Amino acid sequence: MPRGELAKTPPADRLSPDELKRVFLDDVYALPGGERIDLCIQCGTCSASCPTASYMEYSPREIIAALRAGLLGRVLHSNTQWMCTSCYTCTVRCPQEIKITDLMYELKRLGIKYGYTDKHSRAAEMARIFVDLTNRRGRNQETELMMRYYMTRPAAAMANAARGLKMLLQGRLPLPGTGKTIKGLDEMRKIRETLERIEAEKLAKEGSK
Amino acid sequence: MELLYYPGCSVEYTAKAFDQSARAVCRKLGVELKELDDWNCCGATTYMSVRELVSHGNSARNLALAEKAGHTQMVAVCPACHTVLHKTNYYMEEDPKFSELIRKGLKAAGLDYTGSVLVRHLIDIIVNDIGLDAVRANVVKPLSGLKVAAYHGCMLTRPFGSIDSTERPTIMDRLLEALGAEPVEYPLTAKCCGGMVMNTETEKTVPVVAGLLKCACDRGADCIVVACPLCHMNLDFYQPEANRYLGGDCAMPIVYFTQLAGLAFGLSPEELGFGGELVSTRKLVTQYA
Repeated sequence: MPRGELAKTPPADRLSPDELKRVFLDDVYALPGGERIDLCIQCGTCSASCPTASYMEYSPREIIAALRAGLLGRVLHSNTQWMCTSCYTCTVRCPQEIKITDLMYELKRLGIKYGYTDKHSRAAEMARIFVDLTNRRGRNQETELMMRYYMTRPAAAMANAARGLKMLLQGRLPLPGTGKTIKGLDEMRKIRETLERIEAEKLAKEGSK
Repeated sequence: MELLYYPGCSVEYTAKAFDQSARAVCRKLGVELKELDDWNCCGATTYMSVRELVSHGNSARNLALAEKAGHTQMVAVCPACHTVLHKTNYYMEEDPKFSELIRKGLKAAGLDYTGSVLVRHLIDIIVNDIGLDAVRANVVKPLSGLKVAAYHGCMLTRPFGSIDSTERPTIMDRLLEALGAEPVEYPLTAKCCGGMVMNTETEKTVPVVAGLLKCACDRGADCIVVACPLCHMNLDFYQPEANRYLGGDCAMPIVYFTQLAGLAFGLSPEELGFGGELVSTRKLVTQYA
């Protein structure tokens, strides 16, 4: 994602509830086993299994209920998907074998793509930096990731500074800019550009439906 | 025996004790870990949150490099790397259309991947391939009397369950027993540590870590044993916050299973990366090294 994309979020929802539902389901159906979302029986096993459900504005079960009620936009505006730790407990417990963790990833992506995600979302900001670093170095240098994230969050940085210093002295944090950059960066760029083009073509096709 | 090794970003720096101890323990067991040349980040749980196909494409580059080098197996130590690489493999196998797209991306970079590389986690190799008899045969300093909470975490077994039960894994308990340690009953063994959300929503994720810590303390564990760099980070780095939340002062050393295996095999604490943690492991190391 290019820099600043999150900040350019439009004020109003870009998609109507029907369009949003269609785009979401098209993407989900394209995932292996994605069509199983239709089989949800609203039993709530996912919500009961989720380690962070109590902090989500909508629990995992409610996501599918909202989708069916045409209210997915509300979920996209919420913190729900950004509280998902990707522990896959819901996925392995779902009696209908719905890959709920994959739905969470899809919600995160849609939220960013269509500007629903709160531009102050810390998790989305972290994801943006992570992607940028991976694209620029091929590897994710954790010091640089955290320092860039802390740049606009001095209170969090201060709370962790002493421990960070200890880690630095233990040789566990490379100085920013000294991390490794892989030789195959150009290969990664070609893979990325090709797959982004495929995604964009798919999107254009969706738009013309 | 030589095994192709995918280290992953975390073990290069913050979790380098895991990398060091994994290599040392494998050498002792007659396995040379050969690093995949020019590997790239698997994407962890984060790249996937922004781009789906590209994330799998990045992950597939590693599989393509492994295949090109003629390997049929690749071992990871980080459960997130293991799960992400395994997931790309699995989805490519399950869905020919998806596989075709990923291969288009790889081909644009002069690479290809036909699905011949099996991604494994090191603990699976040690327990199921090398075997616990060979492990026992290498033990020179049994960890007698060491009470351990074997914390398996999420992605070692979920979502695929290729290594052990997704609900109640015991693979680490079995290994620790073979090393002479005493695993305590640890019912939260497969509960999440908060993962990457800890970095951005600390106040909401500290209670999760506090639960894991309290359970191990209450059960009389001398340490929590992990198989994941992120579990280690969340339990070790955020232990002060967890203690504040609990109103307690539990100082619980967090160690990698490979570090304990190394001690039992008679390797030196330096070789195993001890001293590179925030909650001191000194007492444990002095007693068993």
